Amino acid sequence: MRMTAAQAIVECLKAENIKVVYGYPGAAICPFYDALLDAKDDIKHVLVRHEANGGHAANGYARISGKPAVCIATSGPGAVNLVTAIATAYADSIPIVCITGQVNTDQIGRDVFQEADITGAAEPFVKHSYLLSDPKDLPRVFKEAFYIAGTGRPGPVLIDIPMDVQKAEIDFEYPESVSIRGYKPSSKGNYNQIKRVLSALESAEKPLICIGGGVFASNAQNEICKLAEIMQIPVITTMMGISVFSDENPLFFGMLGMHGVASANRAVNDCDVLFLVGARVGDRAVRTPLTLEKTTKILHIDIDPAEIGKNVGADYPLVGDAKLVLQDMLQMAKPMEHKEWINHLNLSKAKKDFDKAPEGTVNPREFMYKLSKTMPANTIVSADVGQNQIWAATGYKIKDGGRFITSGGMGTMGYSVPAAIGAKMAAPDRPVVVICGDGSFQMEFMELATAIQHGVAIKIVVMTNNRLGMVRELQTNGYNDRQTAVFLDGSPDFIKLANAYGIKSYRVTNDETMDEAIDMLKNSDELCLIEVVVDKMAKTL
Amino acid sequence: MKHTISVLVENHSGVLSRISGLFSRRGFNIDSLAVGPTQDPTISRITIIADGNEYTVEQIEKQLNKLVEVIKVKTLEKDECLARELLIAKLSVPADKRSEVMTIAEITGAKVMDLTLTTMTLELCDTYSHLKRFEEIIAPYNVIELVRTGTIAISKGADTITAKK
Ligand SMILES: Cc1ncc(C[n+]2csc(CCOP(=O)(O)OP(=O)(O)O)c2C)c(N)n1
Repeated sequence: MRMTAAQAIVECLKAENIKVVYGYPGAAICPFYDALLDAKDDIKHVLVRHEANGGHAANGYARISGKPAVCIATSGPGAVNLVTAIATAYADSIPIVCITGQVNTDQIGRDVFQEADITGAAEPFVKHSYLLSDPKDLPRVFKEAFYIAGTGRPGPVLIDIPMDVQKAEIDFEYPESVSIRGYKPSSKGNYNQIKRVLSALESAEKPLICIGGGVFASNAQNEICKLAEIMQIPVITTMMGISVFSDENPLFFGMLGMHGVASANRAVNDCDVLFLVGARVGDRAVRTPLTLEKTTKILHIDIDPAEIGKNVGADYPLVGDAKLVLQDMLQMAKPMEHKEWINHLNLSKAKKDFDKAPEGTVNPREFMYKLSKTMPANTIVSADVGQNQIWAATGYKIKDGGRFITSGGMGTMGYSVPAAIGAKMAAPDRPVVVICGDGSFQMEFMELATAIQHGVAIKIVVMTNNRLGMVRELQTNGYNDRQTAVFLDGSPDFIKLANAYGIKSYRVTNDETMDEAIDMLKNSDELCLIEVVVDKMAKTL
Repeated sequence: MKHTISVLVENHSGVLSRISGLFSRRGFNIDSLAVGPTQDPTISRITIIADGNEYTVEQIEKQLNKLVEVIKVKTLEKDECLARELLIAKLSVPADKRSEVMTIAEITGAKVMDLTLTTMTLELCDTYSHLKRFEEIIAPYNVIELVRTGTIAISKGADTITAKK
């Protein structure tokens, strides 16, 4: 069919079954926006209040829907604003497709108004990118972009489209399939190697499964849980793997790493065989991979061959899609017992007694615990970055069917609110709770307007300590408590701010108000906010 | 250790910057990088001479393979490949030294490309190590300009590196 390339973009999005896009317009992307208006019944456009948040919202949407999500920005400043979100998605292997407007083809390279080399700027953080110079390529490029973003190890793909290209007329036909000779992601694992991995796991005395974000990427949650159950193997996760396993499961020993829990780190130290599933063993998870590989037999499944052996040497490398590999393993796995080993790990499980917080504040861990006991099982928790993130990661007890999302790899402050908006739009029936700090909230609270505008009823918890708490703690511990540039004096009264946005709010300063606030949060059908006041010297762990 | 890595890539603009970007941001050291078309006009071939241990080459190969426009990556074993590089050097040579330089050229296999009253321009196509030796030999003869193409290489015998259809 004959149409403009801008209209063709809309057709591509429809063909990819995209129902919502997050964006921010400007001159260079106007042809596309004009075409999008004609499709407003099929594709909802959400005007975010900053382009990075459009990217984060798409990120949250993609995580919950399991499919690539779309964000849009104009050329120059709009595109450059998107870079943080692209890098954030890249670090966590989240499939987003970013569409940016670009100046006219004949103006590229002349430093014209709002020209930025966005494919160049984003290059280190994209799985792939396109600068579309021939409008005829558009259908193929979109087909490829969605395919590349969502398959193999997922990641962000950028399509930069000059204004004149958007306006050109083309014959539109969406390709049925893709064929990219340089991109053939492996999926099925080598069968003999799978058998070897399984027998190494079987012969272990103290086996341990470590789950990473790759398990979500391959939608292998059920498979890994089944395998752990059948073989009675204890499980820990990285931050990206949180909520694959329920905290209530007796086989679960928590998140490992620098900010992880004692039981998980003990498990890594004491196990004889460590089975890594879609986990890349980043520096925050394992600080001394070289010691680990000497003392422990390592089995490593990853879909990205480059991750195997990158941070930690694997005795049994296994390249493949976790879901398919685990399905093969489940066919062969026999029931086992590891009672002694599990009992040993139970000794290091933390007890749940919470210290009394100073007057006028609450214990953040106790708050997380109570919140998690009150919220329904299928709640999605979107945590920001900082102490709040770790309190949420280790203190919020995930039930079966719950989900935890955060910016794990990049640690991008300002992620939680926009990501929660995306998550809620992908799963309108599930409660979505944001956990953020007073620092991070001030990087993202402009998105309250977006949530109100589109009736996205997320529940926001701001943990206020009037500090950039995690950096303050770093200064306390590593720099002789010389605190600098971490004071958030001048912050608004968050309750008044909520009033200004016309949303319900509640300030929690003691145990009584804590219960009331949590109830309000649980029962509210609308966007609401609670501020939880914590001690300025409260510890992360 | 030096490694010779052959990379078949899509003949698109921008591929080279992706590859050089990858090397710099991952801290891989390149001695030389040479790129040109192949018998298939849609494919270019890049030959990279990189420095590093086993771990580094493995990572280089794997990271290159992740680039969508990279079709094939192969490290050529030192003894299994034929490698050549072209060097052009301009020497400032007074008339009385000309024959001396001519003798060097003859022995080393270099050719005189250009001659003026005050300069001689030599070319030599050979392996990396021969060129290095050649550079040392001509160093005393007032080299005023020197360029090298970077090594290109192909496997010995009937082996080929081609894109799978
Ligand atoms: C965009 C960005 N800038 C800076 C940092 C460094 N950083 C990590 S944690 C943190 C403090 C976060 O403060 P707040 O949001 O108040 O949370 P708290 O640690 O107090 O819970 C900072 C500044 C970051 N992660 N992201």
